[in-house]
Amino acid sequence: MIPIIADVGYAEPWYVQIVKSVVLFGVAVQMVPIVLLAERKLLGRFQQRYGPNRVGPFGAAQPLADILKLATKEAFRPNTSVGFLYTLAPVISLMTALAAFAIIPFGDVANIFGQEIGLYGVDVGIGVLYVFAFGAVAFYGLMLGGWASGSKYSFLGAMRAAAQLISYEVAMGLSLLGVIMTASTLSLTEIVQAQEGMWFVVPQFVGFLVFIVAGFAETNRAPFDLPEADAELVAGYNTEYGGSRFAAFFFAEYVNILVVSGITVTMFLGGWHLPFVDPPGWVDPLVVFAKLFVFVFLFVWIRATLPRLRYDQLMSFGWKILLPLATLNALVTAVVVVATS
Amino acid sequence: MTGRWNPGDDVIAVQRAPRPGGAGGAYRAFGETLRGMKTTMARIFEGPTTISYPEEKVPVYPRFRGRHRLHRFEDTGLEKCVGCSLCAAACPADCIRVVAAENTPENRVSAGERYAAVYEINLSRCIFCGYCEVACPFDAITMGHDYEMSDYNRQDLVFTKEMLLEEPLERTPLRNEGE
Repeated sequence: MIPIIADVGYAEPWYVQIVKSVVLFGVAVQMVPIVLLAERKLLGRFQQRYGPNRVGPFGAAQPLADILKLATKEAFRPNTSVGFLYTLAPVISLMTALAAFAIIPFGDVANIFGQEIGLYGVDVGIGVLYVFAFGAVAFYGLMLGGWASGSKYSFLGAMRAAAQLISYEVAMGLSLLGVIMTASTLSLTEIVQAQEGMWFVVPQFVGFLVFIVAGFAETNRAPFDLPEADAELVAGYNTEYGGSRFAAFFFAEYVNILVVSGITVTMFLGGWHLPFVDPPGWVDPLVVFAKLFVFVFLFVWIRATLPRLRYDQLMSFGWKILLPLATLNALVTAVVVVATS
Repeated sequence: MTGRWNPGDDVIAVQRAPRPGGAGGAYRAFGETLRGMKTTMARIFEGPTTISYPEEKVPVYPRFRGRHRLHRFEDTGLEKCVGCSLCAAACPADCIRVVAAENTPENRVSAGERYAAVYEINLSRCIFCGYCEVACPFDAITMGHDYEMSDYNRQDLVFTKEMLLEEPLERTPLRNEGE
């Protein structure tokens, strides 16, 4: 029998699985306001202003105020929209983002109350493919949201999302191929374990760069925020959304940032490993969170720096530069792996 | 004879940027991205330039034209305004209303023959041009430094003589010329 769940070598009872999923959901949901505030504060500093500093001490309650405002708004739907799909789209976005979050390993198997528990939602045997699968399904959220809104701006945003998806997905997958070949596994925990001696960012630097760039496209963030280009398309696919449905899209975007950061940390930056020191097991999640926030900072930094790419620029960048680079990287890695084994 | 104009020495060599696109373009774009990131990061270290307005105020120059003030003579305490209505005549927004009355020995308000019985400035119409100040022959009205005059009611923006004669409740911070 082909194992669907990776061979973990220990058994987790069903209640541990449930508790883990609830905890992980809580973590993801609690991280979003932090990232949100961090982004707005940092963006402010990048533009030589303070950012939100009125609600609560140092503006710390600003995300709470934002979410309260969105949650208490009327669930409005335009006349021209297709109700069922219009409601479904944010659900898809949020669900896929949270599902992808489950796979990020925050640490090795830990012994909590005499129970062997892996510090991750689930360690699937198909690892990386799981992430890509949910990344591709998440795109339906954007597409359906844009189409079902019955607004031309939303539709244009959705079309751009489609064009963007096909431009970066291939390069993104190929950029990880080098890592997968070197570690010779798809399981994310095993990939992290394979990085004990050296982080994959060193031998796979090209793959790392390609993945980061494609990751920006995956999360629809600047400079690849074409689907929601506020200057041209009002807000792209979520133009017609308001209230808690908009909040769901918003949430999904920030969870996606965490997911992409988490995958980068796992694949290239050695997950819970630290160079030269081997801290006790309980430090592992903190190490991963610290690395995550380095990437959140990078996301904000890039957003503060780069202007939005034009539609055709993104396409030609994805196909003519990212894809050849990723392919070359995969080929060279393959040759080296075969030659050294 | 080709018919083409010969520019002679007027030709200026224009330095053009390298053409975008291709691997070289990507390489340059990467370098420029790093340069941009350096620039934005430098802004963080410069720190915010925000002035948190209600808490911190920008000091105004002495010549700043804020809310009007009416003045008294410092020694006698008599009002400088003699109710001549020149300010009302000079006002392009027509926001000053002056009603003059005769000074009597038992009721002496101003130093001149007459005084302003009613002196009202409708600040919701005033454009703060300062012509009233220029027109006044006795320097009785000057432009003050207050600029925080918002109110909930339009009627409350009609300032009477008593209000204009009062010292402002809060002093606007001043700065020197050239600061």
